[in-house]
Amino acid sequence: MQNDTGGITPLMHVQHLEKRYGANAPAIFSDISFTINRGEFVCMIGHSGCGKSTILNILAGLEHPTTGHVSMNGHHVTQPGLERGVVFQGHALMPWLTVAQNVALAVRARYPGMNKADVTQKVLHYLTMVNLQDAQHKRPSELSGGMRQRVGIARAFSTTPDMLLMDEPFGALDALTRGVIQEELLRICAKTGQTVFMITHDVDEAILLADRLILMSNGPQAHIAEIVENPLPRNRVRTSIHHQPGFYDLRNHLVDFLVRRSALASQTSH
Amino acid sequence: MGGRQEKLKGTLLSFVLAGALLLAWQVLTLPSAPPAEVIKGENAEYAQLMGMSSATPASHGFPSPSQFGHDAWQQLQAPFHNSGPNDRGIGWQLGASLLRVFIGYGLAVAVAVPLGLLMGQIPLLARALNPFIQVLRPISPLAWMPIALYTIQNAEECGIFVIFICSLWPVLLNTSFGVARVRREWLDVASTLELGWARRMWLVILPAAAPTIITGMRVGMGIAWLAIVAAEMLVGSSGIGYFVWNQWNNLSISNVILAVLLIGITGMILDTAFSALQRSVGYAE
Repeated sequence: MQNDTGGITPLMHVQHLEKRYGANAPAIFSDISFTINRGEFVCMIGHSGCGKSTILNILAGLEHPTTGHVSMNGHHVTQPGLERGVVFQGHALMPWLTVAQNVALAVRARYPGMNKADVTQKVLHYLTMVNLQDAQHKRPSELSGGMRQRVGIARAFSTTPDMLLMDEPFGALDALTRGVIQEELLRICAKTGQTVFMITHDVDEAILLADRLILMSNGPQAHIAEIVENPLPRNRVRTSIHHQPGFYDLRNHLVDFLVRRSALASQTSH
Repeated sequence: MGGRQEKLKGTLLSFVLAGALLLAWQVLTLPSAPPAEVIKGENAEYAQLMGMSSATPASHGFPSPSQFGHDAWQQLQAPFHNSGPNDRGIGWQLGASLLRVFIGYGLAVAVAVPLGLLMGQIPLLARALNPFIQVLRPISPLAWMPIALYTIQNAEECGIFVIFICSLWPVLLNTSFGVARVRREWLDVASTLELGWARRMWLVILPAAAPTIITGMRVGMGIAWLAIVAAEMLVGSSGIGYFVWNQWNNLSISNVILAVLLIGITGMILDTAFSALQRSVGYAE
């Protein structure tokens, strides 16, 4: 793995994670080790059933690995915390709160004792960031799927986490909406230097967003088959990325992996 | 608006039905042919004593709508009069029942909601308490009466206990169920935001479970209002249930009908209040 590219400091170390449900049950995944550098955007790709979400939950501190451990900023991750923001697969917004109140809940958690005006201002700042300032008084049920997910993103960013964990955040969205939000996310990350770990099964999404791609073999007993650096420069744009040299090489490599080699990789490991 | 028109039609039909019922009531209570000729001699005196003189047409004991209206009006002139335990106004009696229900029901909610919150969050506790609840829940509130009377010995407190015990179960079960079903994602959000115990409870669990809890409270209130009437018939020296029984003993059917109507209307008002509360805490996912 190439973690030492020009003074970049590792933020999170993931070492030898393994998860089994029951002592004699086969491992869902085993020997998962990687690092995430500060400011890096890492995508994990794999078929469903390879335990991607479980890995993300372990990084979030919501689940515990059977063996192995995760550390961030030199501390062991044992429970969820504000320094690791999570964007959930289903938006996980509180349906009884308005959009603004949902974000305010997070802002207040991050800055206890902050006065009302400052909270409101911060909420508006993060909603504007995802272009939802006009929907702030609506309830999640009145929003489209894409808008809900953007509120989820605004909520996660509002706590200024060191690490943002995203569990297939755009999986349920239509292609058009997905593209728009991907660009938004790219822009926000470029501006804030946010470190992101994201799970996806969309190859194009991964190439657009990720600096590094972690390819998972099929489960059970999934493991990391390969870690690929994205050769495309960082200022990727969705509308023109497929014209960039190297795009199709990478894309073909990933698609080949998903349709053939992910299964082979898991067979050879047995 | 089609919906509005449908609503209007429904209301109109309700009025028509009410009119038809009143009419049927009137027809069924029409005085039968006067039996005046039959009464002669010494019987006439007896008949007069019984209020069956030829001046008053013989009637069923059951009041006609107009009689009922007259009697009800009399009763409602002074609903809060209080001239001793056997002669209190119907408003006073209704108030006494409501007070009992509010105390007993309030105690039930005060016990059931916190306990339900615990049960919802601690599956072990829920499993341990479940057999007891399942056995105690189907017991008719009145079946508790002898035990309550023997142990508590105070009629007033017995009434409150009966209300307490019958409204406890729906609130407890619904609270526990509502809390256990709070979506995992919302709890995960609370965890990643490092919300403390109290804020997690107050900002996430309670609002998420509120619709289910209020439904339980609504059911509990309905049962409490059903039970209080029966309980007061048994032990009461006051209350609307006692009033019904007392007026029956007085053979004052008009007052009985009035009381029955008031019981229904009060129950409806209570239920409407809970329905409004339910709407105010409801949310669409």
